[in-house]
Amino acid sequence: MNANMSSLLWGALALIATALVPQHASATKIESIRTPAGIEVWLVRDPTVPLVAINFGFRGGSAQDPPDKGGTANMMASLLDEGAGEVDAKAFHERLERAAIELSFTAGRDTLRGSVRTLKENQDEAFELLRLAMNEPRFEQDAVERIRAQIVSRLRRQSTNPNEIASRAWWETAFPGHPYGRPGNGTVESVAKITAADMRAFLKRVLTRDTLKIGVVGDVDAAGIARLIDRAFGTLPAKGNLTPIPEATIQGVGRRILVDLDVPQTVVTFGGPGVKRSDPDFMPAYLMDHVLGGGSFSSRLYHEVREKRGLAYGVSDNLLWLYHAAVHIGGTATRNDATKDTIDVIDAEVARMAQEGPTADELDKAKTYLKGSFALGLDTSTKISNQLVSMQLDNLGIEYIDKRSALIDAVTLEDTKRMAKRLLEGGMLVTVVGRPQGVAAK
Amino acid sequence: MPHPLKHALAAALAVTVMLAGGIRADAAPKVAHFTLANGLEVVVIPDHRTPVVTHMVWYRVGAADETPGKTGLAHFLEHLMFKGTEKNPQGLFSQTVSNIGGQENAFTSSDYTGYFQRTAREHLKMLMEFEADRMTGLVLTDDVVKPELQVVLEEQNMRVANNPAARLSEQMEASLFLNHPYRRPIIGWRQEIENLTREDALEFYKRFYTPNNAVLIVAGDVTAEQVKKLAEETYGKVKRVTEIKPRLRPQEPVQVAARTVTFADPRVAQPSVQRYYLVPSYTSAKPGESEALEILAHILGRGSNSRLYDKLVVDKGIAVNAGAGYSGSALDDTRLYISGTPKPGTSLAQLEDAIDAVIAEVAQNGVTADELARAKTRLIADAVYAQDSQGTLARWYGAALTTGGTIEQVQGWPDRLKAVTTEQVRDAARHWLDKRRSVTGYLVKDTQTVEKRP
Repeated sequence: MNANMSSLLWGALALIATALVPQHASATKIESIRTPAGIEVWLVRDPTVPLVAINFGFRGGSAQDPPDKGGTANMMASLLDEGAGEVDAKAFHERLERAAIELSFTAGRDTLRGSVRTLKENQDEAFELLRLAMNEPRFEQDAVERIRAQIVSRLRRQSTNPNEIASRAWWETAFPGHPYGRPGNGTVESVAKITAADMRAFLKRVLTRDTLKIGVVGDVDAAGIARLIDRAFGTLPAKGNLTPIPEATIQGVGRRILVDLDVPQTVVTFGGPGVKRSDPDFMPAYLMDHVLGGGSFSSRLYHEVREKRGLAYGVSDNLLWLYHAAVHIGGTATRNDATKDTIDVIDAEVARMAQEGPTADELDKAKTYLKGSFALGLDTSTKISNQLVSMQLDNLGIEYIDKRSALIDAVTLEDTKRMAKRLLEGGMLVTVVGRPQGVAAK
Repeated sequence: MPHPLKHALAAALAVTVMLAGGIRADAAPKVAHFTLANGLEVVVIPDHRTPVVTHMVWYRVGAADETPGKTGLAHFLEHLMFKGTEKNPQGLFSQTVSNIGGQENAFTSSDYTGYFQRTAREHLKMLMEFEADRMTGLVLTDDVVKPELQVVLEEQNMRVANNPAARLSEQMEASLFLNHPYRRPIIGWRQEIENLTREDALEFYKRFYTPNNAVLIVAGDVTAEQVKKLAEETYGKVKRVTEIKPRLRPQEPVQVAARTVTFADPRVAQPSVQRYYLVPSYTSAKPGESEALEILAHILGRGSNSRLYDKLVVDKGIAVNAGAGYSGSALDDTRLYISGTPKPGTSLAQLEDAIDAVIAEVAQNGVTADELARAKTRLIADAVYAQDSQGTLARWYGAALTTGGTIEQVQGWPDRLKAVTTEQVRDAARHWLDKRRSVTGYLVKDTQTVEKRP
C-alpha cells in the first residue's frame, strides 16, 4: 500500500513477492483471539524457533498530516523509540539492544504500522518497551532535532534522485490538492515546521484501539499473548479522531511530464486508474495487470522491453490500492537516447492490452502463478505477521487464505478483458526525468 | 534476474547459526552435508514449517576470478545463464518456474555466483533437472547475447552511473585494493563491459561451471535422504568438465600510505565521508581475529548505541548519521567501513577528525565489558532470527562454503563470538584501524567544498 517508488520499480525483479500474500498455507493456521480488554488478535502459533513476531497497524498515515506540516506521521513514527516514560533515548536503545529486541514504526499513506521481533525469553521486556513507546513517548527537544536533521538530510539527497523526482511528479500530478498528492515524508520546508505538540496531537488522534489490527506469530500461547497485548495496547485511547479524506480519482491521464536532470539514464514512471481492494473486480484486474507487468520474468512488458530489445534492466507495473483512491503504477529506466523507443513500446503494449486483453493461455499461467506463489510469502514469522495485519486492514476476513484460490479460479477471460479496457483504455500519466532525446511533453 | 549482489562484500557475517547461550538447542536445524561422486557439494537445511523449498546452486567463481581486461564477465555470464540449453530452449526454465508459482533470481559477488528458485516442495526434482542441465549445457547465440549486453549496460547505468554514492564507492574500492582483484567493480568497468562477447562468456563458463566447483543448497520442507536421492538422479549425472585450480589471487602488499578520493557531482545535495580499512576476512584471519573485528565494527557503528552515533550524532551534534560495518564474508582480505554524514555547518574535515578521535579512543582505552556483552547478545540473536528464514540460512551456508569456510565454522560462530575479550577488541582496533591501510572518500557537490587542511 505504500507508494515507495523504488520498491515498486525493483521489488518485482528481486525475489520480493509483490503479490498480495500467501495462500497454500497448509502449515499456517490462523486463530482469532480476543483479549480480556477486548482487543482482537490474529495469531499463528509456531514453536519451531524461539521467537515472537508482532505486527500491528492503525488507520491514519501521512494522509492525516496537517496540510502545511507534511511529514508529521513519518517524523512521529521515527521518534517513538527515542525515549519514553522514565527512560531516556539512550537508555531506551540500550534496553532494546541488551535484549536483542527489534522495534520499529512506519507511516504509510493510510496507515501507521509497527513491528516487533524478540526472542521468546525477552518477550516481557519487548512488550514493556512497546507499551512505553506508544503510550508515553517523550518527544524531547534534542531527539526531535536529531531526527528532524536526519529526515531533512534524506530529503535533500532525494531531491536530486531521478527515481524520487519522477515519483513525486507523478503523485503530485495524479492527485493535485489531495493528501495523496503530497510526499509522505514531507518537504524540507514542511518538516521544519513540525513541533512536538503536532506529533503528540497526531499520536492521540491515530494510535487508538478502534482501528487497531494485530498479528502475532511465534512460540506463544493464547493466554500469555493476550496478557502482553493488553499491557501494551490496553491503555491506548478507545477512539480516534481521523480527518475525513475525500475520495479521489487520478488526474492527468494522457499527460507526459518532463523534468530535466543531467543523468545518463532517464527514469520513467507511468500509470493510470486502478481498482480498490474492496472492488468486486479486484481479482480480474489483478490478474490482468500481472500479465501486463507483474511477476518476475514473465510479463509482456518484461518480454518486450528487456528480453527482446535490451532497452532496460527493469520494467514492471503493479496495482496499488489506497483507501480513497486506486491506481496502477509502474516504471523503468533507460539510456537517454533509447527513452523514446522504450516509452513507445510500453504505450503500444498498454494499448494492445486495453484492446485485446490477455490470452486464455496467459490468464491460465497468471492464475497458477498467483496461486502457487502465495505460500512463498508465508515462510517467515515476520512475513506472516505482516500479512495477518494487511489482511485485516484490507477487510479480507480470516477465511481469505482458504478462499483465495477459488476467487482466482472464478475469474474469466471476459472479466480480465473488461478490466483491461476499464483501466488502460484512457492511456496513462507519464513522468520522465533525465535528458531523453526526442521525447516531448504533452 | 541477474541482480548482482552489489554489496556481497558487505554481506555481513560469513555465517552463523545455532544456539546462542541460553537459547534452546533443539531449535537448531539439523544440517546435512555430503559430496556426490562428481564433486558437487550438497547442503540440506530442513525447515518443515511451510511446504516450500529454496533451491540454490552456488559456483565458486566471482568477479575476482575474471581475467584482467574482462571485468563484468562473471556477472554477464550470470545473465546469460537464463538463455537456454539444447535440451531446454530459451525461456523454458523461467516460464516453468513462473507457471508453478515459483520465484527465481541470481546474484554475483566478487567470490561467488548463485542461482536460486523458491517453489512448493513437490517441484524440487524438476528444478534440479533444469539447474543440472544448465550447469554444463548452456547454448548461446549472438541473437540473445547482444540484447542482454544492453540490459547489463542499463543495469550499470541504474546502479552506478546514475548514483553518485555508488560511483564514489567504486573509486574507493579501486583505491583500497592496490593489487587484489577486489579492486574491480563486480558489474565491471563500462568500457570493458561494452566489449564482452559470446566467446568470452562461453570460455569463462567452461572454465568454472562444473559440478566439482559448485555447492547445492536445499532449504525447506525436505529431508536429507530425499535430497540425496534426487541430487544423485539429477546432478549426479553431470560430468566434470574440468579440474579446478586453487583460487590464488594477487594479494595486497604491505600498505604504507593513507589514500584519499574525492568524487564531485552537481547532484550531491548531501555530502558525506567514508573510510575503508583493509582487514582480514573470516577466511584470511587468524583464529579469533575476525570475530573481534565483527564486534569492533558493531560497537563502533551499528545502531543508535554505537560509539560513532553516540559521540558524533547525539553528544557533539555534528553529524546527521554515522555508522560502521565489517564485510567479513570473503575469500581474501576485505574491508571494514565507516561512514559519516555531516550536519549543515560541519565540514567533512571536522567530521573526519571527530571520527578519528572515536577510533583513537577505542584503540587506546578499549571497549567496556557492558558494550561487549550487548554486542555479543545482539550478534548471537541474529543467528536465532536467521533460523526463522530458510532463505537467510541458505545464503549464510552458501556464502561460507564459497569463500573458504566450512559448515563447522558456520555453526561454531556464536561460540567463537562469545569467547572474544575486551582486550581482543581493543587490539583489533589498534592493529587494523591503521590509516596507512585505508582510503578515505569524500562525496561532494563540487571540489571547492572540500576545504584544504592547514
